[in-house]
Amino acid sequence: MKYRTFRRHLRESFKSLSRNGWMTFASVSAVTVTLLLIGVFFIIMMNLNQLADNIENDVEIKVVAEPDANRVQVQELLKRVKKTPGVEEVTYFTRDQELEKMIESFGDELALHKQSNPLGDALYVKASNPQETATIAKEISTYEYIYDVEYGEGKVEKLFKVLKVGRNVGLTLILALLFTAMFLISNTIRLTIVARRTEIDIMKLVGATDNFVRIPFMLEGVWLGILGAIVPMVVITTSYARLYSVWDDKLQNQLFKLLDPSPFLFQLNFLLIFIAVFIGVWGSFMSVRKFLRV
Amino acid sequence: MIVMKNVYKKYPNGVVASNGIHVEISKGEFVYVVGPSGAGKSTFIKMMYREEVPTSGLIFINGTELSKIRSKDIPYFRRQIGVVFQDFKLLPKLTVYENVAYALEVIEEAPSVIRQKVTDVLKLVGLTNKMRMFPNELSGGEQQRVSIARSIVNSPKLVIADEPTGNLDPETSWEIMKIFERINAQGTTIVMATHNREIVDTQKHRVIQIEGGLITRDEYEGEYRNEI
Repeated sequence: MKYRTFRRHLRESFKSLSRNGWMTFASVSAVTVTLLLIGVFFIIMMNLNQLADNIENDVEIKVVAEPDANRVQVQELLKRVKKTPGVEEVTYFTRDQELEKMIESFGDELALHKQSNPLGDALYVKASNPQETATIAKEISTYEYIYDVEYGEGKVEKLFKVLKVGRNVGLTLILALLFTAMFLISNTIRLTIVARRTEIDIMKLVGATDNFVRIPFMLEGVWLGILGAIVPMVVITTSYARLYSVWDDKLQNQLFKLLDPSPFLFQLNFLLIFIAVFIGVWGSFMSVRKFLRV
Repeated sequence: MIVMKNVYKKYPNGVVASNGIHVEISKGEFVYVVGPSGAGKSTFIKMMYREEVPTSGLIFINGTELSKIRSKDIPYFRRQIGVVFQDFKLLPKLTVYENVAYALEVIEEAPSVIRQKVTDVLKLVGLTNKMRMFPNELSGGEQQRVSIARSIVNSPKLVIADEPTGNLDPETSWEIMKIFERINAQGTTIVMATHNREIVDTQKHRVIQIEGGLITRDEYEGEYRNEI
């Protein structure tokens, strides 16, 4: 194809956009509405996912050493725990530090125990994959000098199960929404092209090749996608940034923090424009293809 | 220019529109194709620009055997012939100028050449002052003139017209005929299916009559005849 022909196609696609006023409006609106839905839903799902991650990462194993184990033995235990496969991080508290923490939480009466501290040294273990917490806990409990290993047995498994189901449901919903969006948008585009079916027939009778007919329609699909993506992108970006600043002020240091807008919004906007353009081009391509056989 | 040998066409619904047609049309001829409705005129015409494909038999246009054209080459074949339709078949969203220019854009002609040729041909059909209008702002006769302008703008050697005056009043029909005569005078072959007795009997040319998918009459300087 000659360069000037491509320029002609570009010009033609813009012209057609404005001359098919209402149909353009219908397609652009379809893109706008569905992308807005997808965007909002995506934000909710990604943040819930983040929340789930945070919850999971909060799960840890508390390993209490025998109260009468001596320093060397505890160090040995610490080394061994650190070497256990799947362990990411171990924080060590001496029995005195543990008692201090208890006094802080439960009150000064416990200070009496300072004379003869009944507690053992404690190791707080985090698994690199939270799902492996139970296995690691089991492994550690076989070690020497162990008084107790706790990780919320039963509760943690249940929590993980709930989170897993939640994630799967979210993923399914997003996929379903994406398919619906693709169907809805390409269907609208198809309707507008069906209305122009005779045009395609005529073009072919006058000697236009398939590409000559198709390319302006596909370019038009690109513009429809981009035009339709503008409103959702602006609305989502501004409102999320606003929500984030308000939320972040009010809920500092809480378990649930919103995703940082900086990479997240870029990714989301990229995704939205990609979906819009892809569906625009694909919808046009499929619809025109049907009528090219003259 | 056109040769048909034993052309047979049967539609999927069983209708036989062409039952072994033999015909030869030379360069520069002006031919009327007449016959009652449903006799196979339109099929005869449509097979020439390969909108319909014969079930058997051979058709040569300009030396090309049509059944040998691959479907991706059909557009290139159609560019060699101009086609004028009864219902004009103009692109509704394009102006008069753009409709005519379209036939040149598909062959990737240079913009300056397009401008020149379109202006010239619009002058020939008398539509210079309406070239910025859209088809729905024009009368039937004017739309048909646009359609003719489009069919001849890249100087084809053959123009095929399927009842070009079918939707027009007598006066406008004469204007359209004048344009066809002018094109023919420049050496372009013209094949025109028509029902218009007055035109056939006044502007005398070769007449091919088709009935029941067969050529029943082929006369030079022929007449429309009563029995049709």
